[in-house]
Amino acid sequence: MRDRVHAGAWWLWALGLGTAATRTTNPLLLGLLLAVSGHVVVTCRSATPSARSYTAFLKLALVVLAVRLVFAVVLGSPIPGTHVLVSLPEVPLPDWAQGIRLGGRVTAEAVVFALYDGLKLATLLVCVGAANALATPARLLKSLPGALYEIGVAVVVALTFAPHLIADARRLRAARRLRGRPDRGVRGLLQVGLPVLEGALERSVALAAAMDARGYGRTAEVPPAVHRTTAALTLGGLLGVCAGTYGLLTAEGGTYGLPVLLAGLAAALAGLWLGGRRSPRTRYRPDTWNPRSCAVAGSGAVVAALLALAAARDPGALHPGVVPLVAPTLPLWPAAAVLLGLLPAVVAPARPVPAHSAAARPAVKEPS
Amino acid sequence: MIRFENVSVTYDGADRPTVRGVDLEVPEGELVLLVGPSGVGKSTVLGAVSGLVPHFTGGTLRGRVTVAGRDTRTHKPRELADVVGTVGQDPLSHFVTDTVEDELAYGMESLGLAPDVMRRRVEEVLDLLGLADLRDRPLSTLSGGQQQRVAIGSVLTPHPKVLVLDEPTSALDPTAAEEVLAVLQRLVHDLGTTVLMAEHRLERVVQYADQVVLLPEPGAVPLVGAPADVMAVSPVYPPVVDLGRLAGWSPLPLTVRDARRRAADLRQRLHGREPVPAGPAPAMAPPPPPPPRRPSRWRLRRREAPEAAPADAPAAEVRSLTVVRDGIRALRRVELSVAPGETVALMGRNGAGKSTLLGTLVGLVEPSGGSVRVGGAVPHRTAPRELVRRVGLVPQEPRDLLYADTVAAECAAADRDAQAAPGTCRALVSDLLPGVTDDTHPRDLSEGQRLALALAVVLTARPPLLLLDEPTRGLDYGAKARLVALLRDLAAEGHAIVLATHDVELAAELAHRVVLLAEGEVIADGPTAEVVVSSPSFAPQVTKILAPQRWLTAAQVREALA
Repeated sequence: MRDRVHAGAWWLWALGLGTAATRTTNPLLLGLLLAVSGHVVVTCRSATPSARSYTAFLKLALVVLAVRLVFAVVLGSPIPGTHVLVSLPEVPLPDWAQGIRLGGRVTAEAVVFALYDGLKLATLLVCVGAANALATPARLLKSLPGALYEIGVAVVVALTFAPHLIADARRLRAARRLRGRPDRGVRGLLQVGLPVLEGALERSVALAAAMDARGYGRTAEVPPAVHRTTAALTLGGLLGVCAGTYGLLTAEGGTYGLPVLLAGLAAALAGLWLGGRRSPRTRYRPDTWNPRSCAVAGSGAVVAALLALAAARDPGALHPGVVPLVAPTLPLWPAAAVLLGLLPAVVAPARPVPAHSAAARPAVKEPS
Repeated sequence: MIRFENVSVTYDGADRPTVRGVDLEVPEGELVLLVGPSGVGKSTVLGAVSGLVPHFTGGTLRGRVTVAGRDTRTHKPRELADVVGTVGQDPLSHFVTDTVEDELAYGMESLGLAPDVMRRRVEEVLDLLGLADLRDRPLSTLSGGQQQRVAIGSVLTPHPKVLVLDEPTSALDPTAAEEVLAVLQRLVHDLGTTVLMAEHRLERVVQYADQVVLLPEPGAVPLVGAPADVMAVSPVYPPVVDLGRLAGWSPLPLTVRDARRRAADLRQRLHGREPVPAGPAPAMAPPPPPPPRRPSRWRLRRREAPEAAPADAPAAEVRSLTVVRDGIRALRRVELSVAPGETVALMGRNGAGKSTLLGTLVGLVEPSGGSVRVGGAVPHRTAPRELVRRVGLVPQEPRDLLYADTVAAECAAADRDAQAAPGTCRALVSDLLPGVTDDTHPRDLSEGQRLALALAVVLTARPPLLLLDEPTRGLDYGAKARLVALLRDLAAEGHAIVLATHDVELAAELAHRVVLLAEGEVIADGPTAEVVVSSPSFAPQVTKILAPQRWLTAAQVREALA
């Protein structure tokens, strides 16, 4: 079995693409970013339930785009335009609502501007969805430092809790039919609310008991001196961070702000590290920063950096004008930079799943 | 290894101890079975071993429990985690992570084992439990037997000296149960693990036990002894013991094999007698010919007016039914017809499509092809209010049907839902559950009582077709006997009953007909005796013992000898 790509690498890669998306409104570049992230997701995702959430993110992105367009049409837009597409009846608003417009002229420029803007947001969302599909947040949480481990478990448990809740609600709602009550409609959903929460509570208690019996929360003996040092470092560090931030933000604190902030951060991190010694936990096959992970993270970072550079040097190509309306053109070298984001598809494709244990096959077909 | 010294446990708010005077010693490497009717405190005894009682549940524990020399008074459950592995009744509520491999490693991570040790043990356990193919699978996609094996594996990796299991096979089909028991056998034999387990389905486990601890009633002093000795006096016993007591064998045989070797003279005595069928088998109406042509689509789309069914019409009729769920063919061209007064048992391994078939009969699942008729109506197109008077389903988890916070409120709601005269449901509840007061919360009822309450709620509408999904899960033999008597009466009154079950003994006692499903297809459909006798995994114990004669239950034998 080959080394896994670190969960953090996938998130860095996806956030790199996302950052690149914020640097441009060129629909051709954004489309290219979408295609790149989509291709990587399809070739690299493993068959976990969260991998299937990618489609949900795609739908959400479409909704965001649609909402942005509807707002531009209904509420108008500050973009001056001459190409009137349609004139909606304008709702007269009282004086105090000055500056807000309902209805009125809809210009092609405003719609195109909203489209570009919405597409940028949508691309950003799809990039987050890609990270989610390639490495679940749960995996990311496993890389937290030891002292924060218990917070990580709480989040993981909460993340698995929601799907259970939905399944319960669905089952109970169906069971209403067995009582001769309608199983559709909002009322049906509301009436199963209490039993669903009851069931969820019972499950949580059972899980807590199971976790306790399996050694969750065991602590190692540490000398009292280490205890006190941990407390002092953490508290002192946090104070330092506060003071340093204050210094940075006030005019006269420019000199001491940065050093104090850095010292505070260092102290807080040392406290965390020392605090981790109280927990005897070890990690089973932790994600490592192997060359593959570095390549994945690096490709994302390079895409972000190159597009930022391109945006600084040639803003015109990355932000096609809407007034006057011009057809966007594909700037050559930023497009080539975006294609660098395809690197993960080459270095870290998903392992082919053996046919007999294909996870796509659901439990019902497995002989038990 | 485990030592109970005069232990009694009293929960907060209870006026008397749940268990009392438990004096028990489990030596290393033994498999000890905890038996007794439901509600006698089996789970409490198990919880006391892992320290969850009283550290997690609250209550007062008197006496002393030591595990591998550690006193549970001074050690919290998490500090016992390296010597005790606990698996509860529901494996899903035991899982902390989301994939098989991570779940196996979780316990070791908490204990702080070195990474190379963890890696080795995970591989070992994957092999030991036959989970290697499933290592990357998300836990939620596993079948019941697989989940149970992962749950056991997840507590095995820290190499505990003691394994505590609460009903490990109750939810499993016979084959999956054998899988799990084979694993336990192997642990006891090869690794010297001490196993303490509670189980209702004694016919599956009693032969593996080295010692049996019997809790005869709540708060009574437990009886400890060799399995055969305890079974001779136990109020709960498997059919093989029933037959052994009937024939007066001593010592009692606990396995089918032992019983067979003794059964020669019993077979002799039974020679020439015929088993009395489980009930008057209804005259099977010949299945009507399939409809000459598919009704046109627009007719199907209309909400069909429920027509009055003729008296001899089948209570349910399924014609070449196909159901596709999430791209999977859950049922494939299933044919089934149930006559009034007939009891049909649906059997097959976990995930064979039993629940889906019941779901289509009550309209919870929409057929993708073929037709379903219940009393002349198409279930998924009939309004729920109308449908409850034709068909009722008691789901696998009876609690799903109960919303109210008192029995009285539940009954009043049931009367309203079914448009029955006020008091109908309450009268049924008094019949089924004598002694349950109006203000009891449904959650405080035992598993069997809850089932009876759900059954009463469903019966309020007097549906001619009654469906039960896995009704004996978690029921002790007493509750099961009451359920059998009740269902027999209902069948005699003309109710058609379909039950999906893994419990071969229940099917043998109750069903006129058995339908075997595999991979969504009907692979056998015929009178109970014929179908179960020919199948090694679905044959009840008495059948196996007295083969080639065709007896199904000890009750039949008793009647024939009387």
